[in-house]
Amino acid sequence: MSAKIKVGIVQFPGTNCEYDTQHAFDSLGCETVILWHKENTIPDGTDLVVVAGGFSYGDYLRSGAIAKMSPIMKALKHYANDGGKVLGICNGFQVLTEIGLLPGALKRNEGLHFISRHHHLKVISYDNTFLRLCEANEVVNIPIAHHDGNYYIDAQGLKELYTNHQVLLQYTDENGNIDNPNGSIDSIAGICNVAKNVFGLMPHPERAMESLLGSSDGRRMLEGFLSA
Amino acid sequence: MKAIVNVFLKNGVLDSQGKAVLHALSGHGFESVRDVRVGKQIIIEMDESDSAAAKEKVAHMCEELLANTVIEDYNIEIIS
Repeated sequence: MSAKIKVGIVQFPGTNCEYDTQHAFDSLGCETVILWHKENTIPDGTDLVVVAGGFSYGDYLRSGAIAKMSPIMKALKHYANDGGKVLGICNGFQVLTEIGLLPGALKRNEGLHFISRHHHLKVISYDNTFLRLCEANEVVNIPIAHHDGNYYIDAQGLKELYTNHQVLLQYTDENGNIDNPNGSIDSIAGICNVAKNVFGLMPHPERAMESLLGSSDGRRMLEGFLSA
Repeated sequence: MKAIVNVFLKNGVLDSQGKAVLHALSGHGFESVRDVRVGKQIIIEMDESDSAAAKEKVAHMCEELLANTVIEDYNIEIIS
């Protein structure tokens, strides 16, 4: 096997999924490192940067808003614009929309409740690194845990997402019928950028690595990054 | 100098919190309430003497951090 995949995991004050994420990628045989938000660079040779879930800066002002002012975000933007792969999970997705690496925004859940439970998701576009091991319309079971997961984008932006195969996942029931927990436009749970190197989703694939803990569907998603 | 910034969801972006407050008020007998919008107010104290310059700076703050212009509008009031 070739050299280990190097994964950097960004940590802000208030991030709380960095060690779960690290454990998940360690279990896939990756070399992982936690990147404190005050660092100015992404280490050379990094194959993937994960912006992990949690509540960066206590979600003050807006989820992900203050995190975008951290020193590492400038480096992350350069890394992504040079084609580096980036995955934002939950709060990480919010951060990536705030800094403009992904289009749209995440609003307060329509029902105003924090939602924490397993949810089914349908795979929409899989012609990308992240979901390449999934199949079209496959339904996976992944935990969600968020207060601000209500994805919004204007009509023109939504059209472009579909045209460019940027819609990754939709919230559904176990049969793949739309089941929208938070009011997201078109029940969208995850998207990528046009270049397909930046991915964001509200659900937590790193919490679905062991069938003993309810689902191992996240494993196949994260494995997409291993040998691409 | 003081700047008062009001941030609200744009027209056309569903304000779930506003709707919840509207329903609560209606349910409490305030039947004349037609619409409610919930936003936030940010009050900034600044060492500036020129109000035009202050307003320009605060607008910059809004664009960079205080508002997410994908979903939010803002207005700025400068009080000297």
